[in-house]
Amino acid sequence: MGRALRLALAIAGKDLRAELRSRTAFLSAVVFAALVLVIVNFARDPTALPALALAPSALWITFAFGAVVALNRAFAVEREHAALDGLLLAPVPREALYLGKLLANLAFVGTVEAVALPLFVLFFDVPLGHALGGLLMVTALATVGFVAVGTIFSAMAVRTRFAELLLPVLLLPFMVPPIIGAAGLTSRLLDGRPWSEMHGMLRLLVLYDIVFVTLSTLLFPAVMDE
Amino acid sequence: MTPSFASARAAVRRGRIVTAAALAGMAVVYLLALRYTPVEAHQGLAQKIFYLHVPAAWTALLIFSLMGIVSVIFLWLHDERLDLFAEASAEVGLMFSAIMLTTGPIWAKPIWGTWWQWDPRLTLTLFLFFLYVGYLALRSSIHDPLERGRFSAVVAILGMLLVPFIHLSVYLFRTLHPKPVVLKPSAPSLPPEMLRTLLVAFGVCLALYLGLVMMRYGAGVAERLRDAGGEAGEVPDAA
Amino acid sequence: MQPYDGPLLAATDLARAFGPHRVLRGISLSIDAGETLLVAGPNGAGKTTLLRILAGLMRPGAGEVRVRGRRLSHGDPDARRPIGLVSHQSLLYDDRTHAENLAFAARLYGLAKPAAAARDALALAGLADRGGATPRQLSRGLLQRAAIARALLHQPAVLLLDEPFTGLDARAAAQFRDLLRERAALGRALVIVTHQLAEAWELASRVAVLAGGRFALELPRAGALDDFLPRYAGACGG
Repeated sequence: MGRALRLALAIAGKDLRAELRSRTAFLSAVVFAALVLVIVNFARDPTALPALALAPSALWITFAFGAVVALNRAFAVEREHAALDGLLLAPVPREALYLGKLLANLAFVGTVEAVALPLFVLFFDVPLGHALGGLLMVTALATVGFVAVGTIFSAMAVRTRFAELLLPVLLLPFMVPPIIGAAGLTSRLLDGRPWSEMHGMLRLLVLYDIVFVTLSTLLFPAVMDE
Repeated sequence: MTPSFASARAAVRRGRIVTAAALAGMAVVYLLALRYTPVEAHQGLAQKIFYLHVPAAWTALLIFSLMGIVSVIFLWLHDERLDLFAEASAEVGLMFSAIMLTTGPIWAKPIWGTWWQWDPRLTLTLFLFFLYVGYLALRSSIHDPLERGRFSAVVAILGMLLVPFIHLSVYLFRTLHPKPVVLKPSAPSLPPEMLRTLLVAFGVCLALYLGLVMMRYGAGVAERLRDAGGEAGEVPDAA
Repeated sequence: MQPYDGPLLAATDLARAFGPHRVLRGISLSIDAGETLLVAGPNGAGKTTLLRILAGLMRPGAGEVRVRGRRLSHGDPDARRPIGLVSHQSLLYDDRTHAENLAFAARLYGLAKPAAAARDALALAGLADRGGATPRQLSRGLLQRAAIARALLHQPAVLLLDEPFTGLDARAAAQFRDLLRERAALGRALVIVTHQLAEAWELASRVAVLAGGRFALELPRAGALDDFLPRYAGACGG
């Protein structure tokens, strides 16, 4: 287990260092997220709907689409010069490879979310205050779930034609449960509702994470073997 | 048993017979629905669409679960017949989910007063449809059959586990935004005539699935054999 | 590494199809320490597919591969540790330097001193002064040397080479041949796949001709290439 974790960290570290160096993908993803926020704001009738009423939807639409864009590139870097072959050739358990990719994707999507969140507070004039801690936890729980599935799907999609189109078609249905849970929790947190109203959705998020992280790890080898 | 052109043709032939029988059964279901079952007090004649809608929904759900289970076994045994069966099932499943997606709103308009409601069950049918489409889209974009089998098996297995999550989350979503009370389509105590007709219709749908899948499976096997045989110079006899 | 005296690389009845195209139809081979097998064949004969299966990158439709007696399977990552591959592509990341690329690969192999291993491998491939460059900055020939450095990094017992002389100039090719001869002398097993027999003929201890998905011919190398060429043409045609 120690060895698998060490390998996973080496792979994630490799991805993140490359990301830090070029920064293009990261900046594009952040700008993309900001644009989604702007569009959601303007795709509303300001006389009928106050910005705050739309805030949870805006946040989760942004996070969902930002994640899809980020995940599209997760395995694209492994394609040039067949670098993926290099990973598969090495004595690396497929599970460690999956874990490494998952960690890198989580770091990437998490950073995009961390930049989008203040923009969201700014654009939608959200009184975050006491809700911040809860919101961060909900974001983490939901993100782990759909990035886990997105990581295995992006490994598949990159080997097909129409990768950029296929990934969202496959992934968006899987984003629905975490997003329903997270958006519902977000609006309750912003309303300052008691915790007792949130148990059901929190349980949903936790259960989703457990099921799909486990399942994706188990199924990943089937995706890697040519 | 190794697949051969003869066995593939036999599967198609048997499939045709079963399909024909199922279609005849469907006519019987229509008769039963119109003649045998009582008219529902609140919904009137519109309720009769349920003898098609509900069994189609059950069948679509059942097929997807079956695909998930078959895919698990496929990843374990790597028998390409399981993959062909899953592929055939997905196409038939897509048809059933299309049936329930069209019959649902047709029923909902007179009863709920709206074509669409985010009712957990109706929403689930929509997502089944999306999953079938995604599964088949993935299949059509991969050239190598071995890779196609493995990738689509992964999607089928993940999808099978997604279904309960969709149901649960939509249910939670609705408790967040309470809707005006709607008539629940399946009351707990159905009159025996209705229940019997519903079960007959379900049986007919299963038979239809079986027949269509046999035909599609046989055609799939023949296609693979033709591909493989064409390279080796064998000439398949005309089907 | 545990001592082992069976064939370093053994394959039995390998078959692989891509949809309708049956690329390999029953290939068996066995290579002992110190041996170099030259696999020749026309374009599209299935040479690359064979090499990918031998490397464990592709699952065979039938048959199995054993490396140092251990069967290749994704559940057993350590079985592929003794394999080194020089493929058509460099397996390097464009936005990292060669030193970083190789140090990362060394980490994947669990080598004790990744940076030092990377430096040694680059020196071996004649790229000692190019560690700070990225693959993008190198010419085709120098990139091929970087790919060679990556393949030799963990001192593999089995070296698989796919058209390894592509892009190398005459001097680099000669140096590389010396390097491969050394590997064989050190008791490694080599498989060289090529359609340009002349470049690798002198290295080979055995020659196999892949045509129509089978070994149409397999024999110990003896004599000059010119004497072999008519038989090669016959095997490819037949």
